Amino acid sequence: MARRNTAGYLAAFAVVGVTVVPLLFVLLGGFRTTAQINSAPAGLPGPWVWDNYRDVLTSPVFWRLLGNSALIAVIASTLAVALGSMAAFALSRYAFRGREAFYTLFTLGLLFPLGVAALPLYLWLRLLGLLENPLGVAIPEAAFSLPVTIVILRPFMHAIPGELEDAALLDGAAKLGFFWRILLPLSRPALITVSVLAFVSSWNFYLLPLLVFNDSTNFTLPLGVAMFQSEHTQDTAKVLAFTALSMIPALTFFVLAERRMVGGLTGSVKG
Amino acid sequence: MSTATRSRPLTAPSPHAPAAGGARRRSRTRTRLELALLLGPGLVLFTAFVLIPIGVAAYYSLYSWNGFGPLTEFVGLGNYVDAFSGDVFQSAIGHNLIIVVLSIVVQLPLSIGLALLLNRRLRGRTFLRMVVFAPYVLSEAVTAVIWLLILQPGGFIDELLRGAGLGFLVRQWLADPKIVLYTLFVVITWKYIGFGVILLLAGLQGIPAELREAAALDGASGWQATRHVVLPLLGPTIRVWIFLSVIGSLQLFDLVWIMTLGGPANASATMVSYLTDHGFKRYEFGFGSAVAVILFIICFTFALLYQRFALRRDTEGALTRAVS
Repeated sequence: MARRNTAGYLAAFAVVGVTVVPLLFVLLGGFRTTAQINSAPAGLPGPWVWDNYRDVLTSPVFWRLLGNSALIAVIASTLAVALGSMAAFALSRYAFRGREAFYTLFTLGLLFPLGVAALPLYLWLRLLGLLENPLGVAIPEAAFSLPVTIVILRPFMHAIPGELEDAALLDGAAKLGFFWRILLPLSRPALITVSVLAFVSSWNFYLLPLLVFNDSTNFTLPLGVAMFQSEHTQDTAKVLAFTALSMIPALTFFVLAERRMVGGLTGSVKG
Repeated sequence: MSTATRSRPLTAPSPHAPAAGGARRRSRTRTRLELALLLGPGLVLFTAFVLIPIGVAAYYSLYSWNGFGPLTEFVGLGNYVDAFSGDVFQSAIGHNLIIVVLSIVVQLPLSIGLALLLNRRLRGRTFLRMVVFAPYVLSEAVTAVIWLLILQPGGFIDELLRGAGLGFLVRQWLADPKIVLYTLFVVITWKYIGFGVILLLAGLQGIPAELREAAALDGASGWQATRHVVLPLLGPTIRVWIFLSVIGSLQLFDLVWIMTLGGPANASATMVSYLTDHGFKRYEFGFGSAVAVILFIICFTFALLYQRFALRRDTEGALTRAVS
């Protein structure tokens, strides 16, 4: 038993090392100068330099990227969860012909990568005048998040006992009133999960903003990080600081919502 | 609120009463309205931004078109023929397939092994799981930039290898056409292994400890119990992981685009990077659409076949079948 646990700890140690060392390299590299990094790429900061982080944090670029990403992610996840929960309610608590067909149609969306639709989507957005517009990114992202939202919410809403609905209807509530006042509050855990998933996938999206935005003042964080890296190839330390700072929102969010994310991902593939 | 809904459960048993018939009709109309209200917006959004673009891509793919002006130059399946007969596209498909195969051969056993180890009673297990999962949360863009910096010639990795006396292993990680694809695969593994581990850990949690204990009582060794009891029961989770992994590998783009743009000399081009290169950089919208349709058909066919032959069984009580 002791021997097996040693193996477990060794493996755990290796995993932590492989995962964390690259992140630490970025984080600590931001506290060095490019000259220090060039002379000893694997060294530690000495002396610690605060300029890189200060420069990034005091320049408007980083904050603008952050703001753009947040705005788009909020719109996309709100839209996906609002429309997704309505559709999931219809697909879980109404009996009507074609219900399964509608559900299958939505689940098919799980297979469509944005890459497939990117070219026509781009032309479509150009036609609608949504290029260089946050909505031009947020709306399609919401559309591509709908399948996962519905796939997670439907079984959850389905599992809420029918007696509750009967009681509400007997008490004179309309079916929509039941949805709004009883079902949605009861579905809160699942709603949080799907919000988190939609938010994170929007936050991390790269291809769509790449196509929609040409003007760098509209860029989201993923675009901005890639751009900053390619524009400052000589200033490794500054790129490291910039990258480190851009990891922080996602990692913080993850620490706060870890249970929801992991639960949602594993739940969605099991259901 | 309305009499129609309130009277529905009461009037249902007596459909012959004329008043009740009217109420029922009214309630049916009302239900239709509610359904339209609930399902409509989502359906419109989904159709307008997911289904139509894919359909439109199929239409554009029959034309030679630069994205501006009317579609006049009908070329039929010419774009498809061009795509399949082009060396670069052939090799791009090949690269996607290499990633698919490597993922299953390397990442899957690694994920299973790690999940089995992390499923034991270790101190700080919760922390461990979070650490393993962390790279999955980062965007591919950030991951790509991190690894660009780490893999710089004479950079962190090279320095580590030299420090460990393995200097002879140092390569032009991203500039050598022979190894660039494998370098990218290592980065992909770093980013996505945590997802597999978490998925499998959730699967392991669903396996009753009694089954293992029973196997041990019957004289099975730890390895035998794992091999013949735990792994078969993990089957459904593994099959879902394979599905997600294959679809993800076929759609690989962000990492490739930021780290190599598909280069050097197309040595790391994937289907989506090829599509982006031709569609957006060279304004070959017709041709790019044909590539998109091909990608779609590949994903779709795989999904259908996989659903039919691998996933369907999971709905038929994997537990009972595997144990008996």
